[in-house]
Amino acid sequence: MKQLFERLRPLFAVTDFKQQRADLAFMHIPKDYAEMLIRHLRDHEGFSHLVFFTAVDYIEDGIFRLIYMLHNYETKDTLGVHVDLSRTEAVMTSIHPLWEQAALYQRELKEMFGIDFPGSPGVDEGFMLEGWDEIPPMRREFDTRAYSEKTFFPREGRKKTDPRAHMQEQLYPNEGEK
Amino acid sequence: MMSAPDRSKYPELVDGKPVVDLDSEKYVKLWHGPQHPGITGNMSLELTLCGDEVVECKTHVGYLHRGFEKLMERRTWIQNFPVVCRIAVPEPAFNEYLYAAGLEELAGIEPPERAQWIRTLNLEMMRLASFLMWLGGQAGAFGNGTIGQWTVTHRDYMLDLFEEMTGGRIYHMYMLPGGVRSGLPDGFEERLEAVLKRVEKLLGEIELVLLHNAVFKVRTVGLGIIDKEMIDRYGITGPNQRACGIARDVRKDDPYLVYDQLDFEVVTGTASDVYERTLVRYGEMYQCIDLIRQILERMPQDGPFHEPLPNVLHWKIPPGETYVKAECTRGEKGYYIVSDGSLYPRRICIRGPSYTHAFPVMEKMAIGTDIADIAGLMVSLHTYPPEIER
Repeated sequence: MKQLFERLRPLFAVTDFKQQRADLAFMHIPKDYAEMLIRHLRDHEGFSHLVFFTAVDYIEDGIFRLIYMLHNYETKDTLGVHVDLSRTEAVMTSIHPLWEQAALYQRELKEMFGIDFPGSPGVDEGFMLEGWDEIPPMRREFDTRAYSEKTFFPREGRKKTDPRAHMQEQLYPNEGEK
Repeated sequence: MMSAPDRSKYPELVDGKPVVDLDSEKYVKLWHGPQHPGITGNMSLELTLCGDEVVECKTHVGYLHRGFEKLMERRTWIQNFPVVCRIAVPEPAFNEYLYAAGLEELAGIEPPERAQWIRTLNLEMMRLASFLMWLGGQAGAFGNGTIGQWTVTHRDYMLDLFEEMTGGRIYHMYMLPGGVRSGLPDGFEERLEAVLKRVEKLLGEIELVLLHNAVFKVRTVGLGIIDKEMIDRYGITGPNQRACGIARDVRKDDPYLVYDQLDFEVVTGTASDVYERTLVRYGEMYQCIDLIRQILERMPQDGPFHEPLPNVLHWKIPPGETYVKAECTRGEKGYYIVSDGSLYPRRICIRGPSYTHAFPVMEKMAIGTDIADIAGLMVSLHTYPPEIER
């Protein structure tokens, strides 16, 4: 895989090669060259299988890192291509012309991280959340506990009891607190 | 010579997609699921029908979304074990294995040899139990409901064995980083062999009543054909891929655990229709039984089954990222794990084969299918919604 990286380096601005295992490596490419590199890997380097496509939120660095995981069935190599996007300008070129399932991943990334892929079929339709009016839930700043407490508790007609006091009352109602 | 059917009343196709005007009153919208015996789990298909024929299909998920991947970012590494196994109810063991294997790789832990064999045994037992559940669904979708009762009964015998082996029938939390939680109980091998014999006998009977059944054959041969060109274009893996003659299997191509020490051939088909996919999975069920027997024969009988771990309540995994994968019943399942060196995962992304099988593949294949065959087509793609909406 190192050889592949060396071959790609003069053609694309790939950097930060990391060999995780003999059959797994990662490399980084700037946003503007990413679609070209991925197309090249699919058409000329045998990486015909889009394993998955996701993002990691590095809120402390102000970036989303996209991960395009590609697999070559001939060489049995898996390659993760990293692309960093600014959190304030989270827009990326769509790869739906390359793989049919890419549009679905992009729909999910739009809903869960707020990353837009203009032109991707159904990207604005939403993936699974209905009536969601909060920030995209997979972003790091989305606080699941605060959302849960705000949305589900306290609400009218719902009581909260201290477990110890409740059991005391149920089992030993006449004995008082010990 | 038969004349071509008159399709003038069907919608016009533009770029392979039908132009449907619902106001024309020629079409019917029908929700297939989420409460429907012919749907695979908590999902639904929004179908548009022209007569009995499906002209449009849209998959909907979200009915059981609990945000597993988000939940995992807020729990310590070890606290996530009860979460991961819930990401595919009929076969949780693959999630346990992959999560444990990913952590082991990042933390530099090598499980002992005996643990590797026990894990392989557990995964093959899981595969057989999951296929039994699928077989009942596949038969039931074409009106053979009794077969479903037989297979669920036999799956229950497998669950009894899981309970004995791990303490849990469905969710085991058995494969922890470093190995497994226990060895095999006394006499387990004999009881497992007895169940394998019962399953073998059942498969022989089902072959007669289902695979040789004229109604089943007439309805499934030629239904839902996946072209070879679709495989990479749609990311299709597993039996759905092998039924069209492509012999890819993670266990063979990128062996993990002890698969490189077991003798087996990848089961393939040629016709790539629902019947062929049934045959491929059928062949894989026999293969499971054979693999389990090989494992029981060759696995070490003693030795450690677990490597000691640091205090898991304060366990920090070194920074890094990895992707580990395994062949589950439906195809390639994988875990992408990112650690930033803290007590909590930075990101975990689960790659489930149902993601592509239930969405782009199903939406494409449903078009032109008779409404009565939709359930059978869907079961033949073998999808589980939790791994779509993690």
